[in-house]
Amino acid sequence: MTDQAITAAPFVARESFIELGARERARALLDPGTFRELLGPFDRLTSPWLPLQGIVCQADDGVVIARGTIDGAPAVVAAIESAFQGGSIGEVAGSKIAGALELALRDCENGRPVRPVIVFETGGVRLQEANLGLAVIAEIQSAIVSLRRHVPVVGVIAGMVGCFGGMSLAAALCTRLVMTRQGRLGMNGPEVIEQEAGIDELDATDRLRIWQLIGGAQRVASGFADMLVEDDASAIATAVHVAFSQGVASPHRSEAVQRYLDSLARIDPATVAPEAMRAVFRPCAQQDACDDPACGQHAAPQANREESQ
Amino acid sequence: MEHLTFEYPAQHVVTSRAHVGVVGSGDLEVLLWPNDAMRTQVAVQTSVDGYGHIWKSVLDRFFSRFDGAVRVEINDFGATPGVVSLRLAEAVEAVQAARDAGGAADPGAPR
Repeated sequence: MTDQAITAAPFVARESFIELGARERARALLDPGTFRELLGPFDRLTSPWLPLQGIVCQADDGVVIARGTIDGAPAVVAAIESAFQGGSIGEVAGSKIAGALELALRDCENGRPVRPVIVFETGGVRLQEANLGLAVIAEIQSAIVSLRRHVPVVGVIAGMVGCFGGMSLAAALCTRLVMTRQGRLGMNGPEVIEQEAGIDELDATDRLRIWQLIGGAQRVASGFADMLVEDDASAIATAVHVAFSQGVASPHRSEAVQRYLDSLARIDPATVAPEAMRAVFRPCAQQDACDDPACGQHAAPQANREESQ
Repeated sequence: MEHLTFEYPAQHVVTSRAHVGVVGSGDLEVLLWPNDAMRTQVAVQTSVDGYGHIWKSVLDRFFSRFDGAVRVEINDFGATPGVVSLRLAEAVEAVQAARDAGGAADPGAPR
């Protein structure tokens, strides 16, 4: 699936996806003219917790939910606005995403497939709403796992905030992830790692190093994301179309537990480098089966263990 | 955080609504929608305290030129007066474009 070549327009002809706000991103991913927002700013579903802490609310709590079509098929896009509170997931913002996914699940179960897309641009849970934010992130994750059996759940990580914290786990549960070079995907952000483990562990100002570790190119090369696309709105929309056309995955990345345990066992934390991560975790190029004993991706009996329990 | 309200006389009816901006650093969000009464009412929620007189100057000037009967809600995250005026102009432009096109300012809104 990484072999899909998605070519972007020449640089000057591109429309940057990164520079778009959440609403325009959602619009760019849906077929032209089909964008219809649910629970928009005039519904004023705002955080009840931020004003108590002296923080100004945004009328949509930083999440845009839009219905429309993708390649003519019904779709729902949940796009996170990174400019509001760092794209953090509070109770309302997260509930909007979880609710949209749960409604899509209900439609799928009733034989009306809905294509779900999540545009991740988030530092993770909103610390001002800590436990409620965490609870709702769990709901989002649970909805993704239920939904991905019926229809691919496609995530987009364009940058520049990236995708961190609990929402990085939600991203990892998606069927397929589309990233740009500017996008980053990781559990803890560089500043947090430096603060907690010291500058010897990671210098958060070393941008080259950080992108080598968690940037889109590295994540795709090591199989934690699926498609690397230029920062171009139409190229990203095309990548999302392709991701849906590839159908439901089997097994899902997060079900290949033994494969990842085996790969992790081959990593020496003392000497690991970005290239070693690519060598060990690189996705297998074979579509259906392969003879490579080091490839755990096609070990179906092990990979399906989680699902069958 | 400070809450400020302003009121101005209005001359004509506005039929559509608009939403522009984001509550991000140095920026603000404007929600603008038709007012049932023939006047303009503005409610500002701002993260920066003590600038009520600046808000009054910026809004007095803006609503001396635009006299539609609207309600305006502003959620501000430290926007400068220039940004405030630009965002208001953007919102007004959106409702005027909708009026000229004979439709709603936000076609994505649920009906």
